[in-house]
Amino acid sequence: MSDATLILLALALPAIGAALIPVFHRAPNLREAVTLASAGTLLLVTVTLWRRVSAGSVPDVVLFNVVDGIDLAFKVEPLGMLFALVASSLWIVNSIYSIGYMRGNDEPRQTSFYVCFAIAISSAMGIAFAKNLFTLFLFYEILTLSTYPLVAHKGNNEARQGARVYILLLMATSMVLLLPAIIWTWLLTGTADFTVGGILAGKAEGPVVGILLALYAFGIGKAALMPVHFWLPNAMVAPTPVSALLHAVAVVKAGVFSVLKVVVYIFGIDFLAGSGMNQWLIYVASATVILASLIAMTMDNLKARLAYSTVSQLSYIVVGAALASSLGVIGGAMHIATHAVGKITLFFCAGAIYVAAHKTEISDMTGLGRVMPYTFTAFLIGALSIIGLPPMAGLWSKWYLALGSLEGEYLSVLTVLMVSSLLNIAYLLPIPLKALFGQLPEGQQGDGIKEAPLPCLIAIGITSLACILLFLFPDQLYQLTKMIPVR
Amino acid sequence: MSLSAQLPALQVVVPLASAPLVTLLRVANLPWLVALAASATAFAISIALTGQVLPGTTITYDLGGWPAPYGIVFVIDQLSCVMMLIVTGASTAALAFGKMSLDLQIGTVRAPYFYAAWLLALAGLVGISITGDAFNIFVFMEISSLASYVLIGSGPDRRALTATFKYLTLGTIGATFYLIGVGLIYMMTGTLNLADMASRVGDVSDLRPVLAAAGFVTIGLALKAAIFPLHVWMPNAYTFAPHIVSVFLAACATKVSLYVLIRFDSAVFAPNLAGHDIRFSGFLTVVSILAVLIGSTVAVFENNLKRLLGYSSVAQIGYILLGVSFLSLTGMTAGVVHLFNHALIKAALFMAVACIAYRLGTVRLNEVAGCGKIMPWTMAAFVAAGLSLIGVPGTAGFVSKWYLLQAALDHGPVGYAIAAVILVSSVLAVIYVWKVIEWAYFREFTETSREAGEAPVTMLIFTWAMVLANFYFGIFTELPLGLAESSAKILLGAGL
Repeated sequence: MSDATLILLALALPAIGAALIPVFHRAPNLREAVTLASAGTLLLVTVTLWRRVSAGSVPDVVLFNVVDGIDLAFKVEPLGMLFALVASSLWIVNSIYSIGYMRGNDEPRQTSFYVCFAIAISSAMGIAFAKNLFTLFLFYEILTLSTYPLVAHKGNNEARQGARVYILLLMATSMVLLLPAIIWTWLLTGTADFTVGGILAGKAEGPVVGILLALYAFGIGKAALMPVHFWLPNAMVAPTPVSALLHAVAVVKAGVFSVLKVVVYIFGIDFLAGSGMNQWLIYVASATVILASLIAMTMDNLKARLAYSTVSQLSYIVVGAALASSLGVIGGAMHIATHAVGKITLFFCAGAIYVAAHKTEISDMTGLGRVMPYTFTAFLIGALSIIGLPPMAGLWSKWYLALGSLEGEYLSVLTVLMVSSLLNIAYLLPIPLKALFGQLPEGQQGDGIKEAPLPCLIAIGITSLACILLFLFPDQLYQLTKMIPVR
Repeated sequence: MSLSAQLPALQVVVPLASAPLVTLLRVANLPWLVALAASATAFAISIALTGQVLPGTTITYDLGGWPAPYGIVFVIDQLSCVMMLIVTGASTAALAFGKMSLDLQIGTVRAPYFYAAWLLALAGLVGISITGDAFNIFVFMEISSLASYVLIGSGPDRRALTATFKYLTLGTIGATFYLIGVGLIYMMTGTLNLADMASRVGDVSDLRPVLAAAGFVTIGLALKAAIFPLHVWMPNAYTFAPHIVSVFLAACATKVSLYVLIRFDSAVFAPNLAGHDIRFSGFLTVVSILAVLIGSTVAVFENNLKRLLGYSSVAQIGYILLGVSFLSLTGMTAGVVHLFNHALIKAALFMAVACIAYRLGTVRLNEVAGCGKIMPWTMAAFVAAGLSLIGVPGTAGFVSKWYLLQAALDHGPVGYAIAAVILVSSVLAVIYVWKVIEWAYFREFTETSREAGEAPVTMLIFTWAMVLANFYFGIFTELPLGLAESSAKILLGAGL
C-alpha cells in the first residue's frame, strides 16, 4: 500500500469504526467486535508505517488547501509515529478493558461511549501525523469536543460540572493562546509547517521567542502545565476507561506531544536553547512536577491522586522539551510511552477496584489486596514504573531526562527529578503495600468481593507486562526516539 | 438584447412582480409555491451573475436604457455578488425549509399577504445590493423595511407588535438620516449616482454640508445595521418574529445596511474627505469592540434562545465592522468573508431553533430543557452550527476568525489588544453555546418537551444542508475568500 493510503487509513479506520458502532446498537457483542476490529487493523497500519519510518522514509500526504499557504496535510515523522503507536496499541487494550468495566458497572449509553472513543482515537492520529500547525489545531479541537461527552458520561451534577471545566478550559486556552500563537508564527515566518530545525530561527528574537513559547506552552492546555492543569482533576468524574484515555492514551499525551513537536519543529532546539528563552519554562515545569506531587499526597480519592500524579508526570515531558537538547527530547519522547503504560495500568486497577469493590477512597482499601491480589500486584508494578525503579519501563525515560539535565548543566532539574521520585514513592507505594499486607477492617472478611471481570484483568495483565517488557527491551523505543531529527 | 443581458434587472423584477401576483392566489400552498419559485429564480440569477463577475469583470446595467449619471444604474461587482448570494440564498433556504412552521404560525388566510411581503422584502434587499444610485438605495431600503415590518408583525405572538413598532420607529429615523445625508450631497453636487458623486464630492469636500452628510449617512445606516449601541430594536424584533422570518432576516437584513455603509463610505467619502480614514477607523473600531464584548456578554446571560442569538448577532456584526475598520486588505477580507460566513452560521442556528419551536412551541431555555434527547438531529445541528459560531477549525467561522486575527496582529500594539478582545469574545461564545447544550442534554424533560418528537424530515434536511454548508465553506474556502478578497480590493481601491 502506498504511504498516503496508510496515513489516511490510520485516520479513517477509527472513524469508520465510529460510524459502524451505532449500527450494532442492539447487539453489544457485535458492537464491541467492531471496536476491537478497527483497533486491531489500526495497529496493523501504524506498525506498517513504523517499519517504513524506521527504514528512514518520511511518508506524507497533502489533502487540500484551506486558506492560502495552509494545507490540510499529514507527515509521519518519528515523534508522531511514537505517539500514534502508543495511542493505537493502547486503544486495543483499553477496549478490552472497557468491555469488562462498562458491562460490569452496567453503565448507560455504552454505544455513544464507544463512538466518541473511536472519534477521539481518530483525532489523536490526526494530531500525531499533522504536517502543519493548522492540521494539528484542527484535530486538537476535535479531540476536545469528542472527549467532552465522555467526561460528562454520568450525566449527574458532578459530571456536568467537571465536563464544563474540561471543555471551557481546554477550548479557552486553545483559542485565546494557542490560536494567536499559530497565527503569529505564520505571520512571522510565512509558513506553519513542522520543519526539521524549526522555522523561527532568524524570524523572531528576544522576548518574542519567550512570549511565543508561553503562548504555546499554556495554550496547549492538554499538557496540563500549572496553572492550566485543573481541568484534569475535574475530569476524573468520567468512567475509568475514559480517565485512562485522558491520562494515558490520547488527551494529555496529545498535549505534551504537541509541546514537544512545537519545540522541536517550530522553534528548533538549538535556536530555543540559544535564545535562552527556554529557562522560564524549565522552572515552571519543574515547579509543576513538585507541586502536583505534593498535592497528590493530600488526596484520599484514588483517581484524584492519580490525576495529580499525571499532572506531575506530564511536566517531566515538558521539562524534556524545555531543556531543548537532543537528550531531553529523547527522554521526553520516551516518557510519553513509558508513562502511558504505567499510568494506564494504575487507572485500570483503580477502575477494577471500583467495579469489584465499589471503593474510591484510598483509606478504604487497606487489606483489599488480600481479596484482589492480582489487581494490587499490577498496581505495584505500575507504581514502580511511574516512580522509575527497575525493573520497570519508567526507569529509561527518567534516565535520559536526567542525562539531558546534566548535559545542559541544570543541576536543579536533576534535583527536581530525584525529589519527585521520592515523592512518587511516598504517595504511590503505600497504596498497594497497605492493600496487600494490611488487615481488612474488623468484621469485613471481603464481603464477597472478588477480582474484577475477566476482560479487565486481561487488560491489566497486558499493560503491566508492557511495563516490564519495555524495561527489558527498550531498544526499539530508543531507536525511534533517537531518529527524531532535532537539527 | 438577449435575456442574459437583462439578468441584473430580472434579479429585482422577478420577486417584485411576483409579489402582487401572490396576493391574488387564494389556493392553499400556491402562494408559498410561487414565492419559493420566485426566490429560487432570484437565487439562480445571482449564481449566474456571480459566475459572470467572478473573473473580475464588473457588470453595469442602465435601467430603462438611460445612461448614468442621468438614469439609475445597477453595478454588479464581487461585493454585490456576496450580498446577492446571501440575500437570495437565505430567502430561498428559509422558504423551502419553513413551510410547515409558517403554516402553523401564519395560517392559510393571511398567507397570500405574508408571502407578498416576503417577496417585497427580498426585492428590496437585492435591489440595495446591486444598485449604484444613492437615492435608489433609499427607495429599496424603504421597500424592504416596510415589508419586514409586516413580516415581523405577522406572527401569533402579540409582543411582536411592540417589537415591530420599535423597529419601525428606529428604522424610519435611520432611513430619514440617510435621506438627509443623500439630500445634502445632492445639494452640493447635483448628482445621485454613487460613482459620479465620488468624483464630484472632491470639489466640495470639507465643506460643512458634506461633513454633515457623512455623519447623517453613517449614523443612519448604523442604526439600520444594528451597530452597537444602536442595536436596541434588533434582538426583540428577531425574538418575536415568526421563526422563519428570523431565519431570513437574521441572515441578511442588517448586513445589507452594513453593506451600504461600507460601500458608501469607501466610495464617496474616503477618497475625498481629509482624515476620513482616521475618523472612520477610530470611530468604528471602538464601537465594534464594544459591540463584540457587550453583545457576547449579554448573550451569555440570556435565557431566550432567539434573543440569545440576536445578541450574538450584535457581537458578530461587531466582528464584521472590526475587520472593515482596520482598513487593510486582510481586515477588509475578514469583514466581507464574515458577512458571508455569519449568514451561513446564523441561518443554520435559527433553523435549528425554528425546528425546536415547531415541536415545543417555545424557545425559552427552561421550557426546552432536555430536548437533546427527543430531538437528537435538531440539537446536533444546533451544536454543529454553534461550533461554527465559536470558530472551531474546519468550520466557516474559523476562516473568518483566522483572517480577523491576522488583520489584528498586523496592526501593531493596539492590534494585540484587539486580538485579545476577539479571543475573549470567542470564549464567551463557547460559554453561551455551551449553556444551550447543557440545557438541551443534561436537564430533565419538562412537561412540554416530554410529549414532543423529532422535527419533520423536510425541516431537518434543510437545516442540515445549511450546517453542512458551514463545514464545506470551512474547508473549501475558495469561493467566499476569492469574492471577499476582490471585494476588499474594490473597497480599498476606491481609496478607503
